[in-house]
Amino acid sequence: MESVKLFGTWSSPSSKRVEIALKLKGVEYEYVEEDLQNKSPDLLKYNPIHKKVPILLHNGKPIVESLLIVEYIDETWPGPAILPSDPYDRAMARFWAKFLDEKCWPAMKKAWLSTGEEQEKANEEANEALMFLENELKGKKFFGGDTIGLVDIAANLIALWYGINEELSGLIQQPLTKDKFPNLCEWVDEYTNCSFVKENLPPTDKLAQLYMARIQADKASAQ
Amino acid sequence: MENSGHIVKLYGAWGSPFVHRVIWALKLKGVEYEYIEEDLSNKSSSLLEYNPVHKEVPVLIHNGKPVVDSIVILEYIEETWPHLYPLLPADSYDRALARFWIDFGQQKRPTVHAFCGSSKENNEKTGEKMLETLNIIQDQALGDKKFFGGDSIGMVDLYFGWYVQWFPCFEQLAGLQVLNPSNLPKLHKWAMNFKEEPIIKETLYDSKKLLLHLEGIRKKRYMAAQARVL
Repeated sequence: MESVKLFGTWSSPSSKRVEIALKLKGVEYEYVEEDLQNKSPDLLKYNPIHKKVPILLHNGKPIVESLLIVEYIDETWPGPAILPSDPYDRAMARFWAKFLDEKCWPAMKKAWLSTGEEQEKANEEANEALMFLENELKGKKFFGGDTIGLVDIAANLIALWYGINEELSGLIQQPLTKDKFPNLCEWVDEYTNCSFVKENLPPTDKLAQLYMARIQADKASAQ
Repeated sequence: MENSGHIVKLYGAWGSPFVHRVIWALKLKGVEYEYIEEDLSNKSSSLLEYNPVHKEVPVLIHNGKPVVDSIVILEYIEETWPHLYPLLPADSYDRALARFWIDFGQQKRPTVHAFCGSSKENNEKTGEKMLETLNIIQDQALGDKKFFGGDSIGMVDLYFGWYVQWFPCFEQLAGLQVLNPSNLPKLHKWAMNFKEEPIIKETLYDSKKLLLHLEGIRKKRYMAAQARVL
């Protein structure tokens, strides 16, 4: 009998990525909510190097790092493909997923936390990054084409962020606006309307509260 | 040689460890390719067209289609020519582990950059952190195996391959040797074995030339950082 366990947190976009992938494939799994202020012995045992969530435990063997877990899920279980079959298309998917994590998200975070000239520069970088993604969506419903793929799952964090946009508008400058990024905004609607994404969305008010607290804390410690 | 119907070009730059990973992968798989040297201080319009996002080398062009980012390129080469010298294990869990170690290396880049940019005056702390990182790589990724890939070279070996020639140059510039037989016996042995593999051996640079080249890059970066501060 197969056993699948996921250690995650309700607010973590990385954690949600794995849940979406599992739900997409129809894999039954046991979910364990971790308290990151008080990490469980299991978390430290299964991810001793990074000590983070998400952790997927498949028949007792741990896999960590959200995008690696998503690829593993795609290779292990049948069902809708998360990565395309053609090597070139797979390379493009991996490229954009990395771009999201390594360029786009850090730029967006920097834009929220910095001030003055540094913030102007960070805003430019964030806008440039989002524009690449905007163009990548041209003529497509999802980054993956007609159906959700790796890049859509990786772009989870943008969808989550956009969802609490209004609550945070007093606190930060939201780069993702409909007039500048029509494709991305439409993508957010399509993506969050997919059943397995929808049923997985964290409560927006709770999430907004959490992010507001974090931004305020980060801004305070930066000063 | 496996090249029926494949036209492969590689945009690279002399001395780039990222480009070298790709060269090793292509040579191990026996894939013929045309190499195009880029002057990174004067990037060609082709490079900018093929890699508008990062504007960097390496860029692999396969039958006219560009693939960028050395790690993405390695996975692409593996999937395009899977039967020639496999670089990843067959088992999906073992593949996830291999990818984990590459990702680990990526996450440790700040530690690596800090050490590689240090000098005699400030290498103690950076050296300590560097050793800590290499200990993890040695004990948990390599263990008692000859190569990270097992009995033969795999993708993780290609990823960490820069340690066999580029890292010693940075050690010299930083004034501190970290990867030596007494600190890291198994990793040091791996480096020696890796360097002796014929395909790897024939691609290594003249050490003095590489040292000068990397010293030049360090100086440029330092001056650029100083300019930003002032």
